[in-house]
Amino acid sequence: MQDDETLDVMVNGVSHQVTVPARRTLADLLRDDLGLTGTHLGCEHGVCGACTVLVDGEAVRACLVFAPQVDGAEVTTVEGLAGDDDRLSALQAAFSEERALQCGYCTPGFLMLAEDHLRRSGSSDEGEVRTHVSSNLCRCTGYAGIVDAVCSAAQQRMCPVSDGAS
Amino acid sequence: MKPPPFTYRRAASIDEAVALLASDEVDAKVLAGGQSLTPMLNLRLTRPELLVDVGRLPGLRYIRRGDDGLHVGALTRHDQFEHYPAPLDGFDVLREAAPLIGHHPIRTRGTIGGSLAHGDGSAEWCILAVLLDATITAVSGRGSRIIEADGFFEGLFTTTLEPDELIVDIHFPRPRQHAALEEFARRHGDFAVVAAAVAFDVEHERVTDPRIVLGGVATTPVRCRAAEAVLDGESPTDDAFEAAGRAVADEIEPPGDLHAPPEVRRRMADRLVRRALRRAADANREGVSHAG
Repeated sequence: MQDDETLDVMVNGVSHQVTVPARRTLADLLRDDLGLTGTHLGCEHGVCGACTVLVDGEAVRACLVFAPQVDGAEVTTVEGLAGDDDRLSALQAAFSEERALQCGYCTPGFLMLAEDHLRRSGSSDEGEVRTHVSSNLCRCTGYAGIVDAVCSAAQQRMCPVSDGAS
Repeated sequence: MKPPPFTYRRAASIDEAVALLASDEVDAKVLAGGQSLTPMLNLRLTRPELLVDVGRLPGLRYIRRGDDGLHVGALTRHDQFEHYPAPLDGFDVLREAAPLIGHHPIRTRGTIGGSLAHGDGSAEWCILAVLLDATITAVSGRGSRIIEADGFFEGLFTTTLEPDELIVDIHFPRPRQHAALEEFARRHGDFAVVAAAVAFDVEHERVTDPRIVLGGVATTPVRCRAAEAVLDGESPTDDAFEAAGRAVADEIEPPGDLHAPPEVRRRMADRLVRRALRRAADANREGVSHAG
């Protein structure tokens, strides 16, 4: 037995109503039904963190949430980070600046994980950042660049540098 | 890596949830935070026909410290312990252990009731429920019953919970003067290879009513009664803690797997128990000096 479920979800500020099988994961909903392929799937059982997105402002693994569970929720994906003119967010720019990516497959998950950190604690303490990013796996960078990027973005949030000064 | 098909129902009340679970015709399973069940579904280790989503049931998300101890609602998330704003006098081992559960994005969804019902023998909540003599309140269409955590875990992912029962409350009846949990995991956030939790009180400079509970050494949390007897009535010193660690190593029969052979687990259990006992003893000394 299997029924379709109809749900309303707000993704990156846009509301959607979709009817999908109940077993559709949030990750597949985003990718296959809404065409937001920025969210990547690695392990599909909650180990690698590549599919991390924000649900109601909190980092979750989109492979471990079923679509009906986000009915009425607000979801932010990596597509929601850049500004309207596709200008990179400070966090994304820091990832580029600090060489926090190589192949890029894990990057959307790390960005959303880091976004959660910036919104919640915002600490630039290296130990805290290291613990936080230990959630996700990267097989290219060795993590040093990722930690540097998150620390740098956290510092910028605390003491913003104006465009003219940089 | 996609879950098998299932029917989904979101329960609006506890009554509706237990009514859905009571059906004899379908194999139903409770979905709370889904951080253990969903991986099992994705790996097709389980194939329930019906998922009853209890995640939005009102009134089951609380941490309440009162005269009769600590009550925790079944839907309380792991990160609510982590970020609990006040000390949990006598139950702080719960706050200290919460950050050891998985990773942050797991702790924003996973629930204490779900963890207990899942019954992983190395899960922190399962170990601590046994350690702190918790009782678990479960409801069904037949009424409600209170189950002691010591005895609740029967085997691999198996508890005494009936298929139509839903956990609603976990009661930790007794604050402990000293308690700590120590574990060894290959990487931060992994399941512990071995976890050791200890609790005791000190009266007239003697250890009273010690509890030593191990995770990762069997399919369920294991209470080490022989080691507890070794510690009971002793002065809380390193000598006594070392004797208790050795007694634990003698008492347990850990399995071997690709993470560690039995002998490694046995030594880890010994050392982690000593470490936990020392830390539990120290924590209180610091607390006393701060208070003074």
